[in-house]
Amino acid sequence: MKISEIAQAINGEILTKNHDNELDIKSACSADLMSDVMAFSKENAMLLTGLINPQVVRTAEMMDMKVIVFVRGKKPTESMIELAEEKGIALIATEYPLFEASGRLYEKGIQGSGEN
Amino acid sequence: MKKAVIVRDYTIPANDFTIAGEASSNVRKILTQLGVSPNVVKRASIAMYEAEINAVIHGKGGNAHVEIDENKIYIVISDEGPGIADLELAMQEGYSTAPDSIREMGFGAGMGLSNMKKHADILDIDTEVNRGTTVHITVYFNSDKKI
Repeated sequence: MKISEIAQAINGEILTKNHDNELDIKSACSADLMSDVMAFSKENAMLLTGLINPQVVRTAEMMDMKVIVFVRGKKPTESMIELAEEKGIALIATEYPLFEASGRLYEKGIQGSGEN
Repeated sequence: MKKAVIVRDYTIPANDFTIAGEASSNVRKILTQLGVSPNVVKRASIAMYEAEINAVIHGKGGNAHVEIDENKIYIVISDEGPGIADLELAMQEGYSTAPDSIREMGFGAGMGLSNMKKHADILDIDTEVNRGTTVHITVYFNSDKKI
């Protein structure tokens, strides 16, 4: 799925300016615990989380993730948006809770693991 | 040992969660620019980032020293924190002494050391109670270790 399609599927707002809309996102993981994202997530290109702090962007960077979706109406800070833009990571915010946001994307074909 | 081609030293600031990971991010960029394979870049960055986060959480900050030659990256993260009393226990998944404030930040699940071991080709930990901890991480560029 393209970033714009992801945002559309979860009524999300894209918060970063410089994302690459040609990226085809195929897999994701959902977690609030970054320790687990790093320990258990494999080749996922997207992270869904309700956690707000700069280390969420850092974790995504280390994990080669290209998109972060913030759920439950959580909004990242300006400094997180700047950091994400610097790292080429797209940030999306949605009002849906974690389970529902994940479910809506799963329904559209996003898998639990796979290639970027 | 062959002469290191690139050497970098970083200061890891104490208790500053906002900039924790800056050193790992920088090293990641260098490895990517050198054309190191994405799997190796990812493994080295995750292992270093976990060590860096640990130094911030437990070690009151510290230092990162990185040597890159044509075959490998060697990372040393050292702190002068409380040290690890029982290393074998600390290596177990899920064992953590991190305070609640760190858990609220999404870390401190007790996965860091075991995750470093999983991603590194060689992991050596020198630790002494009340003296500090030094973590040595080596990742070989031709290593086919999968994560």
